[in-house]
Amino acid sequence: MSKRYYSSLTKKYIMALMGLFLFTFLAVHLSINLLLLFDPTRVLFNEAAHFMGTNLIVQTFQWVLFAGFAIHIFYGVVLQIQNWMARPTGYKKKAFSEESVFSKFMIYTGIVIFIFLVIHLGNFFVLKMQGDVPEFNNASVSEMEDMGLLVVNLFHNTGYVIFYVVLLLTMGFHLDHAFQSAFQSLGLNHRKYMPFIKGLGRFLAIVLTVGFVSIPVIIYFR
Amino acid sequence: MDLKLKIWRQSSRDAKGKFVDYEVHDISSDASFLEMMDLLNEELVEKGEEPVAFDHDCREGICGMCSLFINGRPHGPDTAITTCQLHMRKFRDGDTIVIEPWRAKPFPVIKDLIVDRSAFDELIQAGGYISASTGGVPDANAIPVNREKAELAMDAAACIGCGACVAACKNASAMLFVSAKVSQFALLPQGKIEAKDRVQKMVAKMDELGFGNCTNTYACEAECPKEISITNIARMNREFFKAKVS
Repeated sequence: MSKRYYSSLTKKYIMALMGLFLFTFLAVHLSINLLLLFDPTRVLFNEAAHFMGTNLIVQTFQWVLFAGFAIHIFYGVVLQIQNWMARPTGYKKKAFSEESVFSKFMIYTGIVIFIFLVIHLGNFFVLKMQGDVPEFNNASVSEMEDMGLLVVNLFHNTGYVIFYVVLLLTMGFHLDHAFQSAFQSLGLNHRKYMPFIKGLGRFLAIVLTVGFVSIPVIIYFR
Repeated sequence: MDLKLKIWRQSSRDAKGKFVDYEVHDISSDASFLEMMDLLNEELVEKGEEPVAFDHDCREGICGMCSLFINGRPHGPDTAITTCQLHMRKFRDGDTIVIEPWRAKPFPVIKDLIVDRSAFDELIQAGGYISASTGGVPDANAIPVNREKAELAMDAAACIGCGACVAACKNASAMLFVSAKVSQFALLPQGKIEAKDRVQKMVAKMDELGFGNCTNTYACEAECPKEISITNIARMNREFFKAKVS
């Protein structure tokens, strides 16, 4: 770990760029998921899922997304190990002086999100890859899978709903610090624009979290 | 006021340290924190014990020599001050005060509460200067400087290199210190000439010395006795990027 292949700042640029990229992914993911709430017949959602699952550009981009996650996680861990190594002896008493509350726990919220990601992929993506998704009868095209049914069935399980809500809230805490932090890391901190960027980051974190949380909760009580 | 103190004692760089409990009595609320430490040391010397070693020099809040991690905060429970400017009125009678040295791998403890901060000197040696021959004083108006930039450069130059930023940061990162030095030069015409080289060398040295990375918690800015802004870190990030791509 003593040999640094990239400087600390280069690693921060990579973290920031990958983080902002993952924000765009979450926005697209949420907009598709919300179709399930607006259309209980699942037609819109399944058609969107079918498009995402069969379109060549989207399928190619999927690997870019996986790479984005992998790089963000890899450098997050590398940076954290270096940070721990920078203070081998800790303090007996440490007050809280961080300006951003969630900034102190990014590695921990990050680990929770990673665990969530693995389980989430197991719930949907792996089943799809294995061809274990039932066919959608109401389909406009043949051989369309009923991904929506998979979601609805999962979110009728109380344990999964609680699990998803708790972990999505953790993701919200991660996102709250992440957005403005990415701009700071990229050097884009200007006294005129930073309050807006901080506000936008909090707004996006709230919108994404409330949006994602609403899906299991509404489906459960519907 | 009467106080209980828990102080880190370590006889030498390689010795194993530990917290030792002390009590001080009849301390005036008008006394400075370092005067309280002086009184404790006088008592220890009278008893034939080794006094507590701690850094101090000007005691006017300008030299950056004093340190001390007091009750979980660098320079103690006040904002924008150094330990020498901390007064006992910030504490209450009967309080227990935990006093620790700065903790960071590049700041090894030399004795008790004194740490070796020569890592900061190495950072300055790596690029925190301008290569200009000294000579006669140039005419003040020979090089026009934008007023706003001059102010920002002066704000950055207010850094006294005490190391509170490193001590406060959960990652023991020196970004605020390095960025203040990078900024004070990069903002001025005289410093611009070597700006690209400077930022790369200082960042490389910072990494080599084993300081942590910045995770934008901004604890450094909150605890800096000279209120150095984290916008300097953003400026350093920009300067580094510019240096790498051009």
